[in-house]
Amino acid sequence: MQIARETLLRSYRAMRTIRMFEERLHVEFATGEIPGFVHLYCGEEASAVGVCANLTDNDTIASTHRGHGHCIAKGVEVAGMMAEIYGRSTGVCRGKGGSMHIADLACGMLGANGIVGGGPPLICGAALSHKTLRDGGVAVAFYGDGASNEGTTLESLNLASVWQLPAVFVVEDNGYGEATAASFACAGTQKARAAGFGMPYIECDGSDYFAVHEAAGEAIAHARAGKGPVMLHVHLQRWYGHFEGDAMTYRAPNEVAEAKRDHDCLKLFRERVTQAGLFEDSVLDEVDAAVTDEIEAAVMQAKDDPLPQSADLLADVYVRY
Amino acid sequence: MSKKSFRQAINEALRQEMRRDPTVILMGEDVAGGRGGSAGTADAWGGVLGVTKGLYEEFGETRVLDTPITEASYIGAAAGAAVTGLRPVAELMFVDFVGCCLDQIMNQAAKFRYMFGGKARTPLVIRAMYGAGFNAAAQHSQALYPLFTHIPGLKVVIPSSPYEAKGLLISAIRDDDPVIFLENKVMYDVEEDVPDEPYAIPLGEANLTREGDDVTIVAFGRMVGMANEAADRLAKKGISCTVIDPRTTSPLDSETILECVADTGRLVIVDESSPRCNMATDIAALVAEEAFDALRAPIRRVVPPHTPVPFATVLETLYMPSVEKIEAAVTATMNHRVTEKV
Ligand SMILES: Cc1ncc(C[n+]2csc(CCOP(=O)(O)OP(=O)(O)O)c2C)c(N)n1
Repeated sequence: MQIARETLLRSYRAMRTIRMFEERLHVEFATGEIPGFVHLYCGEEASAVGVCANLTDNDTIASTHRGHGHCIAKGVEVAGMMAEIYGRSTGVCRGKGGSMHIADLACGMLGANGIVGGGPPLICGAALSHKTLRDGGVAVAFYGDGASNEGTTLESLNLASVWQLPAVFVVEDNGYGEATAASFACAGTQKARAAGFGMPYIECDGSDYFAVHEAAGEAIAHARAGKGPVMLHVHLQRWYGHFEGDAMTYRAPNEVAEAKRDHDCLKLFRERVTQAGLFEDSVLDEVDAAVTDEIEAAVMQAKDDPLPQSADLLADVYVRY
Repeated sequence: MSKKSFRQAINEALRQEMRRDPTVILMGEDVAGGRGGSAGTADAWGGVLGVTKGLYEEFGETRVLDTPITEASYIGAAAGAAVTGLRPVAELMFVDFVGCCLDQIMNQAAKFRYMFGGKARTPLVIRAMYGAGFNAAAQHSQALYPLFTHIPGLKVVIPSSPYEAKGLLISAIRDDDPVIFLENKVMYDVEEDVPDEPYAIPLGEANLTREGDDVTIVAFGRMVGMANEAADRLAKKGISCTVIDPRTTSPLDSETILECVADTGRLVIVDESSPRCNMATDIAALVAEEAFDALRAPIRRVVPPHTPVPFATVLETLYMPSVEKIEAAVTATMNHRVTEKV
């Protein structure tokens, strides 16, 4: 499949933005300046970006506790996200939500989620809205291998099938739910689960942007055409601990080292497009430089931005309070 | 006797009860942690905050069961195992996750004994972390004990210190009813002297952490420490307080509360859960009904506002009860003058 140059460049930039956003958070978190829990998506960038490159603002996604990548891929403003993570009033959620709850309905981002398995049922609802309102939209649930075992997820697969919803269930399988391996915690296969609920199943290598883009394109086209839900199983690796501060004592050190060496989606993307003569290295270097500046500015701005005021505490509990 | 953290005290209670009784088992997400991982370490974590660390090593996989992320099924399985001969201690991790498995607790475990004509025993303990103060935001910071207290058939325990945690957890494990055991996540590193040998603190008996003449303060869990600190400050101003730690919200030791209010004539309740239909409203109603004549001032509640827990530190601090807020409430009660009706 041909992907427009413009899309490729936008995707590269999104992946690089996620990578730098995350690596910067890793550093800043260690200084103790960032409050709360932070779960990094580093290493998984091609999944969020490859899927979202097939979506528009009219489509909806739901994310997980590891949500920064999905937010950026769906177009949430980086500065607003950074401010949110720093608990500033300028944050996309006005400092009320933090890392685990970043949402921006204006770009179809239904929220990161602190509850594992919280997203798939919501996506059934979003898909129902798209179907009922006939707006041509599809809804995508991102969830982990761990979340794939939650009752909410399994019930949602069934409901989406029964209602023939325009929904795509993206299992981001990084092999771990916290410290427990999927090989221990997931019985059977995702493929068999999809079959059990009567929906098509597609799998792909999550370190290969092109593979994800193509597989997701197929899944999303199927759902958009009104043919019902699809499961997309993406195999990937996370580079950092479950949350910041996790020393990953459950993983052999070479596992992460190999992931970085052999499965770095950014490195693979760059090799592929430069070897094919699509882009000069210098073009991508420019993107890297621009993203570096953007992240730096976002961090500086976030640290400088005002804190919420006491009046904000009781604001927005109800539509009118 | 030696200094132990809240975390160590809980770990020790679990270890000693598991040694004593082979039917006590643990289950939960990552209670050992590391199963199937490439490091080949099956006990890499001991729970997300390390509370169950080392138990897998001692008791092995038949007694310490890591579960998939499936609260409805494993909490339900713990209830089913409890009613058929085991004594499971199931860890729910953050109490907020009860949303995923409430049916198994509320409609199943809590009701077995009553619905089955008194013939069932459900020696189940569900441990969970609660509370704000960690910047963990709205889905990881709730203090849901009123939710459990509302459901007949459940016992609800909120330890206020390492000593209390060990003794109360041992009682909870030996208890034949389903017990919800709630650990304040901000307290795990708090230390105090805790006996090395096992001991049990009975469920349903309040603890008077200090006695005074002017005001009764009732506080739960982490709030007990704050109430005592406020009482220390107030003592310097000549106001003497009784501080009650009820230890359990269900059953509730109403007798002790009523006796203390009868002595002091004033009541302040400190509760970090959402303010509507919480322990503070419950105790206020109890005292209004049973000890109205003893009251010399209106009952005061130190509670958060009716809002989800905010993320930003500034807002979370405003949200939480504090030593200052408790002190102010006690002072206000003392300053209240009853105006005679003409
Ligand atoms: C209902 C619920 N249970 C447990 C948790 C604690 N928790 C947070 S993330 C996580 C692991 C999720 O694993 P997975 O779905 O594979 O996603 P990954 O972290 O690998 O991206 C767990 C158990 C939670 N937040 N919500």
